[in-house]
Amino acid sequence: MSAADPGMATLVERALALSRADDCIVIGSEWSTANVRWANNTSTTNGIGTGNQLHVVSVIDRRVGSVGITNPTVENLESIVRRSEAACEGRPEAEDFMPLLPGTGTPPHWADPVGSPGIGVFAAMAPALGDAFRRAEAAGLRLFGYAEHTTSTTWLGTSTGMRRRHTRLDGLIELNAKTADFARSTWVGQTTDTFDDVDVPALYDHAVERLGWAETSIELPAGQYEVLLEPSAVADMVFFLYSSASAREADEGRTVFSRPGGGNRIGEQIFAPSVQLYSDPAEPDLDVASFVATSSSSSFSSVFDNGLPVGRTEWVRDGALRALFSTRHWAARDGGEPTPFVANLIMPAAGPDLAEMIAATTGPALLVTCLWYIREVDPQRLLLTGLTRDGVYLIEGGEVKGAVNNFRFNMSPVDVLAQTVQLGTSAPTLPREFGDYFRSISMPPIRVERFNMSSVSRAT
Amino acid sequence: MPDVDPEFLDLPYRRLGEAALTRARQLGATYADFRFERRRKQNIRVRDRSLERLTDSQTVGYAVRVVHGGAWGFASAVQLTPDAAAATAEAAVSVAVTLAPLNSEPVELAPEPAYRGTWVSSYDIDPFAVPDNDKVTFLTSINERMLRTGKVAHVDFAVGQVLENKYFADLAGSDLVQQRVRVDGDFTAARVDDASGAFDTMRSCSLPSGRGWEHIATAYSYGAEADEVPDLLEEKMASPSVEPGHYDLVIHPTNLWLTIHESIGHATELDRVLGYEANYAGTSFATLDNLGTLRYGSPVMHVTGDRSMEHGLSTVAWDDEGVAAQQWDLIRDGVLVGYQLNRQMAHKQGFGRSNGCAYADSPGAVPIQRMPNVSLQPAATDVTVEDLIGGVERGIYVVGDRSWSIDMQRHNFQFTAQRFYEIRGGRLGGQLKDVAYQGTTTEFWNSMEAVGGPSTWVLGGSFNCGKGQPGQAAPVSHGCPAALFRQVNVLNTASEASE
Repeated sequence: MSAADPGMATLVERALALSRADDCIVIGSEWSTANVRWANNTSTTNGIGTGNQLHVVSVIDRRVGSVGITNPTVENLESIVRRSEAACEGRPEAEDFMPLLPGTGTPPHWADPVGSPGIGVFAAMAPALGDAFRRAEAAGLRLFGYAEHTTSTTWLGTSTGMRRRHTRLDGLIELNAKTADFARSTWVGQTTDTFDDVDVPALYDHAVERLGWAETSIELPAGQYEVLLEPSAVADMVFFLYSSASAREADEGRTVFSRPGGGNRIGEQIFAPSVQLYSDPAEPDLDVASFVATSSSSSFSSVFDNGLPVGRTEWVRDGALRALFSTRHWAARDGGEPTPFVANLIMPAAGPDLAEMIAATTGPALLVTCLWYIREVDPQRLLLTGLTRDGVYLIEGGEVKGAVNNFRFNMSPVDVLAQTVQLGTSAPTLPREFGDYFRSISMPPIRVERFNMSSVSRAT
Repeated sequence: MPDVDPEFLDLPYRRLGEAALTRARQLGATYADFRFERRRKQNIRVRDRSLERLTDSQTVGYAVRVVHGGAWGFASAVQLTPDAAAATAEAAVSVAVTLAPLNSEPVELAPEPAYRGTWVSSYDIDPFAVPDNDKVTFLTSINERMLRTGKVAHVDFAVGQVLENKYFADLAGSDLVQQRVRVDGDFTAARVDDASGAFDTMRSCSLPSGRGWEHIATAYSYGAEADEVPDLLEEKMASPSVEPGHYDLVIHPTNLWLTIHESIGHATELDRVLGYEANYAGTSFATLDNLGTLRYGSPVMHVTGDRSMEHGLSTVAWDDEGVAAQQWDLIRDGVLVGYQLNRQMAHKQGFGRSNGCAYADSPGAVPIQRMPNVSLQPAATDVTVEDLIGGVERGIYVVGDRSWSIDMQRHNFQFTAQRFYEIRGGRLGGQLKDVAYQGTTTEFWNSMEAVGGPSTWVLGGSFNCGKGQPGQAAPVSHGCPAALFRQVNVLNTASEASE
């Protein structure tokens, strides 16, 4: 927006006022971000940035036109609204058409300005990171990593009077430590809202402790192993499972949650009885938007559901599938209630901590820090392949014996959670692979009875 | 050559660039560049017989990148005023100053002449000039063609189109305007056996291209493929499960492009070799001490990098550091002979000049080293797919990419495909199911006995190759012929799942 423009909340209102469509949905967003990246004990790329986007979704005769632009202004607003209206012309009717939800009134702070810490968010972290670089250099180690902080705000308005706003603070830090010959490597990462809770020396000490575990190198062949998956690894597997949990796709017979003969597997005992999974937009430290906001329809959501409240949703209780996500359109087919996708995921557990789980392991078992390059091999079984990364350790007799070579795995998250025999304590974690898209997640370390390590990887 | 979109030319990029670069120079930047971008995108998805979504979006913004006090600083913004551009230059300098204590290697760049010019990629039909309803009608008709056979339960057809405009200027005097168009479209059919619950999918073998709408409408034969896929999917689901073991593989370019991308394209990125991606995308086994000596593959292996081939998804005239597009060898006669470079790495490692591999995926993104078009060259004389199959006693013919995964140093990979056909006694048999091939990069490429001729060569590629933090998606092409590999490890994925 130009300096003369009145703010995104007002632009959303003005766009709605300009609309001549049967219905109109306007979604505005603004964000500011700061990031720094480092390698070989020195910073590499970095930057700050701001951005915005305004989407206008017009509905005319059940037809949808969706147009988005950067930098909306009072001057260009009408052209965007008209373009979205013109886009409806001649299109087929939307299959997921539903009347828009009724208004909720304007929430408090609707038009308040959004602050941003800018590069200053790293003010305390940067010197500590510099100290870590110097410690690493002195110890003959190399540090690599990344820190990012984003403040983003979404405004949703509809022609039926719906007004919703959500502001989110979101950040992460990752630290990868290697020996100078790259033969040993460890990783630690965490999410953070403000960086006030980031303890760089503690992260460094953790990474270096793991490098110490790796001073003994053990070669193991491919095969079936008992594994302790650390929370990041659990998060990546469970997120893949969650992203496959569309009710529509299951009802259509094309996911692991499809029931032979039709329908889905809701109610079926699929996982170990100790496994629970839920989402809750109000979850402490993992709070996310409590309403649907989308400029296009997909298997995950419908434009006609904009503003739909998102509440606590139990996906798995005592190992039984309790829900799959669905839109209002899909749920209405059998008179059910919609179950919106929620942008966080929690596996509650209050078991032992990881050290206690290691101590209780007679072994042999593998401790797996994180996973990488996870892809679907077979949708019928949701068989996934991927790699272990930056820390696989052999545990025997309640102790870490040394670092093991990496493996390629072929394993379904369904089988992972079916063969889970112990859960540790759940805590917010950073999924190594899918943290770019989904990082409001709390997982415990888990013990899996059998995990298929398909082949050895030479990667270190 | 098509014209640059006049709507882009009306934007005040040059005025903002002057304001930003002037301010950066005043503040003591020893290097500064200004990059202004506009991206138009349209995504369409037809689900069975219904339009699920058709979204148009446009992103406009700019970035200032400086070297100040030997450190990088970068800032981006969307406000299109000279004052805002100057303020963005100030912000970039402040980032460099704030983070200078973390920097122990003063930034120096390989030299490159200043250029002034305009370039537009090669395409016939601007996809944004085609009526939306014509596009939807086309996609729906393809889906209908498959659904009416009764052999598939669902078909999804998705098309993505991008019009990318960039303006680049720097303190050295470069002033560059570029426009690129690219499209991607593929359908996926699903067949469901209601009684048993068994299901599978088959995707078209179409691949993205640096062409216009003509790629969707005529250059790729979606209609002919739609007529085949229902029968092929039915055959696949009824086919025997593969016996795991070692097989000779004849790999069609629609599958091999992705193996090239993962095991050669990423492995020869110098930023990975130097550790810049160590925390994220990973490093590479192809380290600098191997340059000129590593036996990457068999002597028939000749792999080039380029940013200049017509219709290449990575093709430009100048990269995002103002370096002119080039072509070079990465692997010659099976030996590693080159890397992908940007200006900083080219200087640091003594390569002299960058080969132009800097790219930023949006106005708010920092240019990082990204992949050029990386292609396996065909045999000089024509060798057909049938010739390659004829040389196999017991093997598998691999068509179309599907699942892909490779480790963080680019050693261990596993790929599946849309279709696997048995080869017996030099002849093609029926399909096999539950197949994946797994290998280690250098062993795999050293097992390549023969490459097909020019008639088998196909330009494949990816619309959204991911790399970097914050994550960036880059388009890139890979041309290759069919090729014959001896004794590759083949898995049975059903057995893997039940292990």
